Amino acid sequence: MRYIPNSPEERAEMLKTVGLDSAEQLFDSIPADLLLRRPLETPAAISEMELLSGFEEMAARNRAARRPSFLGAGAYSHYSPTVVDHLIQRSEFFTAYTPYQPEISQGTLQAIFEFQTLVCQLTGMDVANASMYDGSTALAEAVLMAERVTRRKKVITSSAVHPEYLEVVDTYVQHYGIDFHRVETDEQTGLISAAGLNALDDQTAALVVQSPNFFGCVEDLGKLAERAHAVGALLIVAVTEAISFGFLRSPGACGADIVVAEGQSFGVPLSFGGPLVGLFATRDKYARQIPGRLVGEAYDKQGRRGFVLTLATREQHIRREKATSNICTNEGLIALAATIYMETMGRSGLQEVAAQCAQKAAYAARRISELPGFSLPYAAPRFNEFVVRAPVEAKDLLARLGSEKNITGGLALSRYYDDRPGDFLVCVTETNPRAEIDALVEGLRDLTA
Amino acid sequence: MTQSTNITKAAPHVTQNEALIFERSQAGRKGYRLPPLDVEETPLDEIVPAALRRDDDLEGVPEVSEVDVVRHFTRISTWNYSIDLGMYPLGSCTMKYNSRLNEKAARIAGFANLHPLAPEEDAQGALQLIYELEQALSEITGLAGVSLQPAAGAHGEMTGIMIIRAFIDARDGEGASANRRVMLIPDSAHGTNPASANLAGFTVRTIRSTVEGFTDLEHLRELCAHGDVAGLMLTNPNTLGLFEKNIKEICQIVHEAGGLVYMDGANMNALVGVARPGDMGVDVIHLNLHKTFSTPHGGGGPGCGPCCCTKELEPFLPVPRVVRDNDAYRLDFDRPQSIGRVKAFFGNFGMMVRALAYIQTHGPDGLREATEAAVLNARYVAAGLVSDFDKPFDAQPMHEVVFTDKRQSRKGVHTLDIAKRLIDYGFHPMTIYFPLIVQGAMLIEPTESVGRQELDQFVSAMRSIAREALEDPETVLGAPHSTRIGRLDEAAAARKPVLRWKPKQAASAA
Amino acid sequence: MANVPDDLHYSKDHEWVRVEGDIGVIGITDHAQNSLGDVVYVELPKVGDSFSAHEPFGSVESVKAVSEIFSPVGGKVTEVNEALQDEPERVNTDPYGEGWMIRVRLTNPGEVDSLLSAAEYEDFTKAEAE
Repeated sequence: MRYIPNSPEERAEMLKTVGLDSAEQLFDSIPADLLLRRPLETPAAISEMELLSGFEEMAARNRAARRPSFLGAGAYSHYSPTVVDHLIQRSEFFTAYTPYQPEISQGTLQAIFEFQTLVCQLTGMDVANASMYDGSTALAEAVLMAERVTRRKKVITSSAVHPEYLEVVDTYVQHYGIDFHRVETDEQTGLISAAGLNALDDQTAALVVQSPNFFGCVEDLGKLAERAHAVGALLIVAVTEAISFGFLRSPGACGADIVVAEGQSFGVPLSFGGPLVGLFATRDKYARQIPGRLVGEAYDKQGRRGFVLTLATREQHIRREKATSNICTNEGLIALAATIYMETMGRSGLQEVAAQCAQKAAYAARRISELPGFSLPYAAPRFNEFVVRAPVEAKDLLARLGSEKNITGGLALSRYYDDRPGDFLVCVTETNPRAEIDALVEGLRDLTA
Repeated sequence: MTQSTNITKAAPHVTQNEALIFERSQAGRKGYRLPPLDVEETPLDEIVPAALRRDDDLEGVPEVSEVDVVRHFTRISTWNYSIDLGMYPLGSCTMKYNSRLNEKAARIAGFANLHPLAPEEDAQGALQLIYELEQALSEITGLAGVSLQPAAGAHGEMTGIMIIRAFIDARDGEGASANRRVMLIPDSAHGTNPASANLAGFTVRTIRSTVEGFTDLEHLRELCAHGDVAGLMLTNPNTLGLFEKNIKEICQIVHEAGGLVYMDGANMNALVGVARPGDMGVDVIHLNLHKTFSTPHGGGGPGCGPCCCTKELEPFLPVPRVVRDNDAYRLDFDRPQSIGRVKAFFGNFGMMVRALAYIQTHGPDGLREATEAAVLNARYVAAGLVSDFDKPFDAQPMHEVVFTDKRQSRKGVHTLDIAKRLIDYGFHPMTIYFPLIVQGAMLIEPTESVGRQELDQFVSAMRSIAREALEDPETVLGAPHSTRIGRLDEAAAARKPVLRWKPKQAASAA
Repeated sequence: MANVPDDLHYSKDHEWVRVEGDIGVIGITDHAQNSLGDVVYVELPKVGDSFSAHEPFGSVESVKAVSEIFSPVGGKVTEVNEALQDEPERVNTDPYGEGWMIRVRLTNPGEVDSLLSAAEYEDFTKAEAE
C-alpha cells in the first residue's frame, strides 16, 4: 500500500525486533472473540485513475453545480481569487497540526492573528476568536455565552434568522434550561416586529437577529441595540452573507455585543455545505467568556515577537466540564482561505465586490418586480437577497426553470415554511453576469405566460 | 550556545523577517480585479439608506498587491512544521499522510461548486457519496446508524451524548430520566469528554484507572450501583494506548445498570479492520475523519466527526438522513425522535469526499494493513526508548505508547524541555502532559505513515536528549535553539492579552 | 522552602486567613502560588457575596492550569483586591501581603480555630509531597 512507507519485508524485520512472529500477534491483547476474522466489506482497493473516474461520474450527477445559480440562503457563490486555493495547498499550511508548539507553528499562528484582526475590523468589534465550525454553531455558542455573561435564561430571537440556524440553537440549548423564544416578523417590512421587541424584559439574556436576515432584509441594528441594552440584555447579530460587511454599517458600530457570521463567502467553495467557517467576535470585556481558540502576541527572551495560543484556561483541555465550550478542532485551513481572500481583495476590493452584489441584486429585483403577476412582498432595504412572490407555486416554477431553462432560480421558501407556496428567495452576486440575470427574468416570464 | 552533535536534522527552518500584513500595507495597492459592473446603477440611497451603510471606508483593512499576498503567505508558511516535512509523533492525533489524490477528488467541480440547498434531483452525486461513506463507516465500526453531520470530534461527541440522553428520556420517560443524569468518565479522558457531557446536561463522575492503566472494574460497579448513571464515555484503546481487554464486561456492567456506552473513537487507528466497537457492546461512537481517515489537519481544522450508533439509537440521529429509494437518493426530514440538527446543511462534505477516497484507495486489505503498520510502528518505537525513558505501564501498547520524564526530571529536565529539544532534532514534539493521570506524560503515536529509518532517527534523537539531560541539561532547558523564535513568555501573553493588530502598534518584528 | 507565617490560619486547600477583629483577610499560600506557576488571572467575587467554609469563591489561573479557591471560613465579602485585575503576579511575589484576595466579615469568628496552625500546615504540605 503506497501510503505505508515500510515494505512487507521491512515490517517482517521490525516484527522480529519487537519479538513477534506475525502481525496477528500485535493484537494479542484483544480478546479472541472480538477479533474480526474476515476482511471488511468496504469497497475494493482501486487505483487513482479508477477512483477519479468513479468520483467524476458521481459528481456529474450534481447538475446544479454546472448551471447559473441564484441560490443563497446561507451559502453563497462568490469568485475566489486563484491565489487562495494555491496558497492553502502549500503543505506547510494544510498538513500542519494545531499550533500547540508555537516555535514551529508561527506560520499558522500569524495567519490566525491576521484573521482575528480582520474579523474585528469587518464586524466592528474588539476581539475575535480563531474560528468556529460555521455560522450556525457560532450562533448557538453565542447564545450559551450570553447566558454565562448575564446569568439570565431567556433569549428572544427574530424568526427571520436562517431556519437551520434556529434549529441548531434549539438543539444546543435543549438541556441547558435556556428558553429560546421566537418572535414574529413584520409581514410588511420583513423585519423583526414591534410586538416581538416588546417581549424583551429584565429576564432576557439576549436579543438575536440576523442582518441581512433570511428574507434578505436589513435590520436597523442601532435601534435594536438600544432596545436590548435598555433591559440589560446583549444584542447578538448573525450574518450569513459575509460580503455584506463591505457594504453595511458594521454590527459593532451599531452597538452589537456579540457578532457571529458565516465566512464561506470569503473565497471558500460551496462544497455542498461544508467545510465552512464561523466568525465569532465580541467586546473586550467579554474576552474571557469567548469560546474557541484565541491567538495572542507574545515575546521570547530575546524580545522577538511571535504568536501563541492564549487564554487556554477557557478551553476544554484545561477546564474540562467547566469550559466555555467543548470545541477543540475548529476550521483552521478554511479560516486561512478566508484570510487570504480578505487580504487579496483588501480595503477597496471588499467594498467593490459588495457594491456589485448590491447593484446587481437591485437590478434583478426591479426587473422581476416588473413581470406580470410577480411582486416583492417586503419593503425593507436589502443587500443581495430578496423574496419574490410568484403567481404560481414556486417549487414547481423553479423546477421547470431548472429543467427547461437550465437555471437554478433561487430557493422555494416552502422548503422551510408551509404558508407561503408562491415565495422564493433570490440571491445575486458578482458571479452573475447581466446576461444570466436577464435570462432568469425572461425564463420566469416565459414559464408564467 | 552549544550545538547538538552528529544528528541530522530533518527540517531546517528558514529565517525570514515577515511582518504582519497590516504592516506591509501601502495605500492604493490592489490585489484583485473584478469585471466592470454590467447593469445600470441604482443610487445607493435607494438600495440602502446612508444610516445603515458602512461609512468607515474599511479603514485599517490592508491594501496589498497580489505579489505581496503570495510572498507573505509563502514566507510565513516556511515557519511551520508539517506532515509533509516529517513525522509528528503526537499521541491521540494520528498524524498520517494527507494524500494529494484526496485533495484532487474534493476539488472536482461537481462537488466543490454544489450548493447545499440545490434540489435533491440535482444533487444526486453528493447524496450518493454521503450514503456510501455512511455504509463504509457502518461496516468499519460494526454500528448500523451513521450521521456525518457533526463538524469535528467534539461535535460528534456532543451529538452522541445527546443521543444517549434522548434515548433514555424515551425509554424511561422524562420523570425517571431526570434521575439518571450522571455520565461516568475515566480519569484518563480527553478534555472534550466532560465538556461535551456538560453540554448535554449531565454531571460528570470520574472512574479511576488501575495501577496497570485499565478501567477499574470495581470502581465502575460501585459507581453504577447508585442507579443514576446514564452512561459511560470511554476510549478504546484508552489514552494510555492500551486495549481495554475487559471491554465486554465493562459494557455489560453499564447496560445492566441501565446506562449506555459511548466510545471516543480517537484511537480507531488501532482497530480498523481488526476489531469493531459495535461487536464490543458499544452503543454509540464518534469518529475523527481528520485522524483515522487521513483528512488534513489544516493547522487546526476543518475536521469531520461522524457519529455512529446501534439500530436502536438510529431514530435519534441528527436530521436529515440520506435514504436510498431504488437508484435515487433522498433526504428524509421526517425524524420525530431526532435530537435535531447539530449544524446547518449536511456537515463537512468536502472532508467526506476525502475520507471516501481514502477508504477506496486502501480497500479492505489496505485498511487492515494500515492498522497493523501503525501498531507495529508504535511497538518498535517503544522498544527503542525503553532503555532511556520510564515506561509506566507494562502492558503491550497498541498504536501509541506513553513514557514519563521520571528519570530525566531527577536532573531538573522535564517533559516540556525534552519536547522543545526534540524540535532541534527536526521533529515535532510528541503529545505532552496528556493524559493527566500520568505525571510528565509523553504520549507517542507514529502512525503507519513513518518509515523505519525515520523511526530510528526519532529513537536516536530521543536517546541523545536523554543523554544530554544527564550530561548537559542546560542545552535541553534552553531549547529550542534552532528555531526562528525561542520559547515565548506565555504568562505575559495571558496577563495582558493582545489579540489583534491595531494601527500605530510598533512593528517589533525580529 | 515555602514561607509559612506564624500569625495566620491555614486550610488544607492551601488558603490562609488573617483575623483582624471580626474581619478575615484571605489569600492563597506561598506553597500554592509556587505549584501554580505564574498567575495570569484571578477571578474574584463581588462585594456582598456570601460563602460558607469550603465553598469556592473564585479561581486563579496560570497559563496551563486553573484552580478554584475555597473559602477557609464562612463570611460576607466586604472588600476585593481590585489591584489583582491589572497585576495578578502579586499573588506570586507577595502571597500574604499585596497578593491578598478578599476581606470577609466572619460569620462565626470561632471557625478559625478548626483551621491549621502554621506548624500544622507545614507538616501537612510535607506529608502531601510524599
